[in-house]
Amino acid sequence: MDTIHACFKEKIGEVLLPGDVFSFRLPESGDGSIKTEKTICGPGLRRNGEEVQVCKSGILRHKQPNMYWIDSQQRRYVPAKGESVIGIVTAKSGDIFKVDVGGSEQASLSYLAFEGATKRNRPNVQVGDLVYGQFTIANKDMEPELVCIDSCGRANGMGVFGADGLLFKVSLGLVRRLLVPQSEIIKDLEKIFPFELVVGMNGRVWVKAKTVQQTLIVTNLLETCENMTSQQRQTLFKRVADGCL
Amino acid sequence: MSATRGLCMRTMMELDQSCSNLREYGSEQSLLSKPDGTSTFVQGDTSILAGVYGPAEVKVSKEIYDRATVEVLIQPKMGLPGVRERAREQCVRETCEAALLLTLHPRSSVTVVLQVVHDDGSLLSCCLNAACMALMDAGLPMSHLFCSVTCAISKEGQIITDPTARQEKESRALLTFAIDSAESSVLMSSTTGSFSVQELQQCIAISQKASEQIFQFYRDSVKRRYSKIK
Repeated sequence: MDTIHACFKEKIGEVLLPGDVFSFRLPESGDGSIKTEKTICGPGLRRNGEEVQVCKSGILRHKQPNMYWIDSQQRRYVPAKGESVIGIVTAKSGDIFKVDVGGSEQASLSYLAFEGATKRNRPNVQVGDLVYGQFTIANKDMEPELVCIDSCGRANGMGVFGADGLLFKVSLGLVRRLLVPQSEIIKDLEKIFPFELVVGMNGRVWVKAKTVQQTLIVTNLLETCENMTSQQRQTLFKRVADGCL
Repeated sequence: MSATRGLCMRTMMELDQSCSNLREYGSEQSLLSKPDGTSTFVQGDTSILAGVYGPAEVKVSKEIYDRATVEVLIQPKMGLPGVRERAREQCVRETCEAALLLTLHPRSSVTVVLQVVHDDGSLLSCCLNAACMALMDAGLPMSHLFCSVTCAISKEGQIITDPTARQEKESRALLTFAIDSAESSVLMSSTTGSFSVQELQQCIAISQKASEQIFQFYRDSVKRRYSKIK
């Protein structure tokens, strides 16, 4: 019924706090025809019987036709299935590697989950290496599992990386803004000088540029543009581009 | 001093004295870079800094199979934490456990660290308010918010809200309540001194009224914080 979307619509773009409730009362229709509409509640919204409760503080966002979620600023990562993250290998035990992804538990990565890996041909992964992988299992009850191949068996950019370069941590909101297709921040950064960038959805970013100084400049710029509006960011980038070239 | 949970009283008494006068309060979020959520809360001269870590790894001896383990640490301004801090920690921990959705993160830990920067009365209230703002800043899922108000009953029977350290010393009873945002019910109460049942009900009513101001303040601070990012 229209009531569901109407309740949400008036709050789109507003800041909501935990404890705010959207309650729907379906009007009693005389002719007995009830249209059921599907509404998808994303992160930050929980269904509680006939109500939808807000459980995180943030801005209510909407995507056509019927998806709603709370856009919140967070630093702590909670593993979710299908997300690509940067992990650090912490231990090798038998057939699996233990990988630290920044969550409450370490994820496990099987040695067979690399492109071209067989029992005889083991991948060359040492403790302390960086890996870029995807979660196949990630729920609150089980230990998360990573793989470095896609469903066809190809690496597709995943696997061990990071011979040089710098790994640092940013908030999850900034990471999502970097991963948007046609991201403004990336476009502005490209104009300064070329660099390699790997972005993990767990808030970890790896950068490599031609010299150490350039790498550090890119790192500092990414860390500071978290709290800036796009106007301030563009003036800062312009100042850096003029200053260092 | 007793810590009781789950009192659900909504008194509709007419209050003669409209004394929900809180001292000037202020708060700030996201100050420190290491913890997942931080906040300071200032009430008059009392100031508390709170840091939240979670959901993080938990020791096998402390893990609970179906929900998160909440740990609270209160560091006093001078000296090591003692029995008084342990009692306050228990109050804060029970309130946090009631408000957080712990079943979403089984076998993990949520740690709240509270540092007393300055103590000028209403310390437990300030700790609870700072903890709530820090939990919101860390993005931990909560079913509702909570805030806390302290009432002191003077020797003449007058009820003072948000007392200073001197007013607390001269009072005959001190009551602290944690109020939730959904139904304004009492989540936690901690009292010292002697008072009548009537005075208790009056203090609860005054606290519930004052909590509305504090929840509005939470809303305004979070709005201000997100206004830059939009």
